[in-house]
Amino acid sequence: MSLDPGAIFPLAVTLESLTDPSFWVGVGVIAGTYAIVGLGLQLNTGFTGIVNFGMAAFMAIGAYTMAILVLKAGFSFWLSLPLAMLASMLFGVIVGLPSLRLRADYFAIATIAMAEVVRLFAQNARGLTGGNRGLFCEEENPSNCYPDAWNDVADSINGLVENLWADPPSLFPLLLVIWVAVGLATVALIYVQRTPWGRVLRAIREDEDAARALGKNTLAFKLQSLAIAALLGSFAGFFLALNLRTLHPVDFEPLVTFFAFSVLILGGMANYKGVFVGSILFWFLLEGTRFIELPEPPFTETRIAALRLAITGLLLIGLMAFRPQGMFGKRQEMVLGE
Amino acid sequence: MEAGQMAEAASPALRERLEERLRDNPALGAMAVIAVIFIVLVATHGLHDVAQTGLNGLSLGAIYALGAVGLTLVYGILRLVNFAHGDFLTFGAYMAYLVNVTWGAPLVVAVFWAMIATALIGLLFERLLWGPMRRQHAGFLQLILMSIGLAFLLRAIVQWFWGTQIRLLDVDTTSTVDVLGLRIGQTELIVVVVGVAVLLAVGLMLRLTLLGKRMRALSDDLELAETAGIDTRRVVLYTWIFAGALAGLAGVLAGAITNLRPELGFELLLPIFAAVILGGIGDAFGALAAGLVIGVMTEWSTLVIEPRWKTAVGFLVLVIVLVIRPQGIFGKAKAV
Repeated sequence: MSLDPGAIFPLAVTLESLTDPSFWVGVGVIAGTYAIVGLGLQLNTGFTGIVNFGMAAFMAIGAYTMAILVLKAGFSFWLSLPLAMLASMLFGVIVGLPSLRLRADYFAIATIAMAEVVRLFAQNARGLTGGNRGLFCEEENPSNCYPDAWNDVADSINGLVENLWADPPSLFPLLLVIWVAVGLATVALIYVQRTPWGRVLRAIREDEDAARALGKNTLAFKLQSLAIAALLGSFAGFFLALNLRTLHPVDFEPLVTFFAFSVLILGGMANYKGVFVGSILFWFLLEGTRFIELPEPPFTETRIAALRLAITGLLLIGLMAFRPQGMFGKRQEMVLGE
Repeated sequence: MEAGQMAEAASPALRERLEERLRDNPALGAMAVIAVIFIVLVATHGLHDVAQTGLNGLSLGAIYALGAVGLTLVYGILRLVNFAHGDFLTFGAYMAYLVNVTWGAPLVVAVFWAMIATALIGLLFERLLWGPMRRQHAGFLQLILMSIGLAFLLRAIVQWFWGTQIRLLDVDTTSTVDVLGLRIGQTELIVVVVGVAVLLAVGLMLRLTLLGKRMRALSDDLELAETAGIDTRRVVLYTWIFAGALAGLAGVLAGAITNLRPELGFELLLPIFAAVILGGIGDAFGALAAGLVIGVMTEWSTLVIEPRWKTAVGFLVLVIVLVIRPQGIFGKAKAV
């Protein structure tokens, strides 16, 4: 009787992908992108007390505006970036003006509905967005999926590290740029949180009526908080576009926003550094399902996708039940509303 | 001349009175809006097309309404924005698939099994999650994120066992029936009849039975209901059975007129939320009426816009209601 080693160790870890640098670079790129989304959510939910379920829309608007300006209107990459940031922030203000007056639960539903409207638009306005077929890669030249300006940046980064790392994975320049952006955004947000402006946000989170009684225009503060989150969302959208090369409406599902919420909660509420750690841990956990070689019969590709969904769901349920403050948060800063 | 002056003098007073009436009873305003839309559509597209799309809208609306009534009661009674409610629908639809297609039993049996199974998971999660969380006074964000986690978990379970491919219930999708000159698919007709009949039964049950009155009392004011001596724990359990069974039924009906896929319920969740908010959160009758209205409006919109945009109607209603009257058309003006 011969024993199949796979039967004894069904969860054999393949060291092949563990030692493959492009695997780690890929995880780092996703983790960095979601760290930026998580920072926006931290500002909104952790520090201002507004439960923003629409981050996917800000990412979509950033990414699609940039891609449409470059591809359809012939703008330069560098000009399209600030315009896309503005578009995203403007959208945040337009959405926020009516909905930020509402109670937290209504606001949450309003923002997720708004995000679905954006995705529906991306799906159906085919002339502009390419619909479900996608946007970004040139139709006549599918090998060229990046704007030239980005290729130049990537080349010069590769040139700089040439002496240290001869042949880095293709996403390596993106990884560096993303994590520099994460670092800068974290430092900026921590600084801003110490200013009087940041303290007003916290006051609104604790007791909006009290803040209003002190003469603060709380709607304006909440709008500014939302606009900054929209700005961060557009950054994440750019990075997602450069990572995926082709934009599809399905990349901006509500699931994206809730991945970011998992990152936020894992790291902990009202703590910017937590987002950083939370994102790396969360994506290590999710992408980890790739380097554990699961036996094919029960574990088909859709089942592994289901597994990732289940991990996210269980993580959210478990954290909320047992440790709502996450790793680094304070419990008393978590209990929002009643 | 004199008459003109009188009319001018009367019109501000009249307008004021009308505005007052609308504020007190915005459902009148909503009905007026629907009537205007109806007349305009009949004038431009003819009665036949409007009635035909309206009939299709009733089947969609019955699904929304069945989903919304449970969601709104859970929201009103437990203060829980249950994002997993859509996946209750998905779960119900796949439970029916299991009995109807895999085991080959008739659809009627499958429908009952779907309702029972979904009610049971509603009870299960009340015991495992929501009850304990309420006792430790969990915050709003905790509960809402937990319900999202639960939604993912349910979808993952469905995807694990049935995959992402599109599946069909064993229903007749080809033969059609002519009713009053309108053509409707046999399955769609059954969905309309079953949906509307159950909605009527639910409405009567909420209005006439003691349990229905208790549910509405709890949804209106939990503490007051408790003070009045209502056994809230039992009503909460019945609410979950009620919400789960109706969600399961709605899921089967949705699966019968379209098809089954793991995203089925999540895609229906936002129009259902729109019905809940349009009807006024916690208001079961409001949710029933609003669900039907949104379903009919969605199908009517296909007369004017391309059908692929029709999903936007639910969102549009949601946005307009949130901006103009977030407490819904039947809700009283209170802090929202």
